[in-house]
Amino acid sequence: MIQVVLPAHLRTLARVGGDVAIEVEGPVTLRSVLDALEAHYPMLRGTIRDHVTLQRRPFLRFFACQEDLTHDSPDAPLPEAVASGKEPLMIIGAIAGG
Amino acid sequence: MSKVRVLVGTRKGAFLITSDGKRQNWQIEGPFFAGWEIYHLKGSPVDPNRIYASQTSGWFGQIIQRSSDGGKTWETPGVEEMPKFPATAPNKFVYDTSAETGKPLTTHQWYDGTQHPWEFKRVWHIEPSLIDPDTAYAGIEDAAIFRTTDGGKSWHELPGLRGHGTGPKWQPGAGGMCLHTIVLDPSNPNRIFIAISAAGAFRTDDGGATWKPINKGLHSEYIPDPNAEVGHCVHHIAMSQRKPGVLFMQKHWDVMRSDNGGDEWREVSGNLPTDFGFVIDVHAHEPETIYVVPIKSDSEHFPLAGQLRVYRSRTGGNEWEPLTKGLPQSHCYVNVLRDAMAVDSLDSCGVYFGTTGGQVYASADSGDNWTPIASNLPGVLSVEVQTLP
Repeated sequence: MIQVVLPAHLRTLARVGGDVAIEVEGPVTLRSVLDALEAHYPMLRGTIRDHVTLQRRPFLRFFACQEDLTHDSPDAPLPEAVASGKEPLMIIGAIAGG
Repeated sequence: MSKVRVLVGTRKGAFLITSDGKRQNWQIEGPFFAGWEIYHLKGSPVDPNRIYASQTSGWFGQIIQRSSDGGKTWETPGVEEMPKFPATAPNKFVYDTSAETGKPLTTHQWYDGTQHPWEFKRVWHIEPSLIDPDTAYAGIEDAAIFRTTDGGKSWHELPGLRGHGTGPKWQPGAGGMCLHTIVLDPSNPNRIFIAISAAGAFRTDDGGATWKPINKGLHSEYIPDPNAEVGHCVHHIAMSQRKPGVLFMQKHWDVMRSDNGGDEWREVSGNLPTDFGFVIDVHAHEPETIYVVPIKSDSEHFPLAGQLRVYRSRTGGNEWEPLTKGLPQSHCYVNVLRDAMAVDSLDSCGVYFGTTGGQVYASADSGDNWTPIASNLPGVLSVEVQTLP
């Protein structure tokens, strides 16, 4: 199971109390994790990636294992610690005040 | 006894403020969608328990929320039926660029006069149908109008507006290029009025298929041709339900009226201390009684001399009186944004408005006396009122 940490607003929207754990079939990449996340929590569609282009929304970032994966290819394998469920994929709202 | 429910959209959530028909004691519920910008909430005229809300965020994008129980609980329409592939997910706004629509526009005018791609940003205004609770219209930024006929699950652009020909001349105002006003004509279901900053006012007479600019008589010094067909920064339009076809407009500068459905406008700013402002509304029972809140501009955007004053005309414009009782008359530097005024339809018409300082003021006597019904909300973006049996 892949562990995913969501921003507080998206936890509220998805009606979950904390981190979420999701099953991912095949290679564990940003794309496959987000596909699985949106399949489990369809209300999150459009909030992390654009509805149509599937591009990351500009004020969101992806961190894992103390690394910034924001600008990695969405099809690049995620770190083994994420794929094995030891470390979470963190979806972070960029610090922009407000 | 009748009840009143005030729907307040703010920078950090939505609030419902309710009272019985006396409008003396008010209860505040909320925040709903805490932390999100709620640009607008509005209830269906035919089913007051059906309320639509525009929930938006610079981080997480746009979501339409819907309540079927008067705001007690909310749902994201269409989520339960969402298919597997995100590209076909409902509850989203995608510009119509299909060949069938004829003229899929790709650019509008940018601040510097160059052309700029159309980019969806948010829903500014939701206008529920006068006859069907599952039908509603959405005004969006960058400017376009969408319609749902399934209660908000799916939204489809009425592309005749962007495609009618003047789109490349539209340009954003300071708040973005937003379609912020949608007025439905109760006497003609095929007639809709909309307004865009900064393009102007437009009308359809065939249910949204085709549109035309209705800006004759507007004069704006800040565009190359002050009398141009489009390019005017219209801030808001209001129409009496009792006198369809008579429209009142708060333009960037100038308060205007039209007696023929927007075909021609004339200025009625009269003795206003400044004719800049954002809101304008019409008394529920007196179609010649109108309200504005004059604001100091350019750029200050707070009340003149720090005195918050609603101005009322009982003559359809030109002759205005300041309404001050209960409103702060010193050191008040808030703004009242374009969708932040509304009226109820009780016998003694109630008038309501919200400020960027988080106050919501109400008058139960057509504006003679005001009282704050909320004082410390986040900055108010919109105010709507439901008069309930």
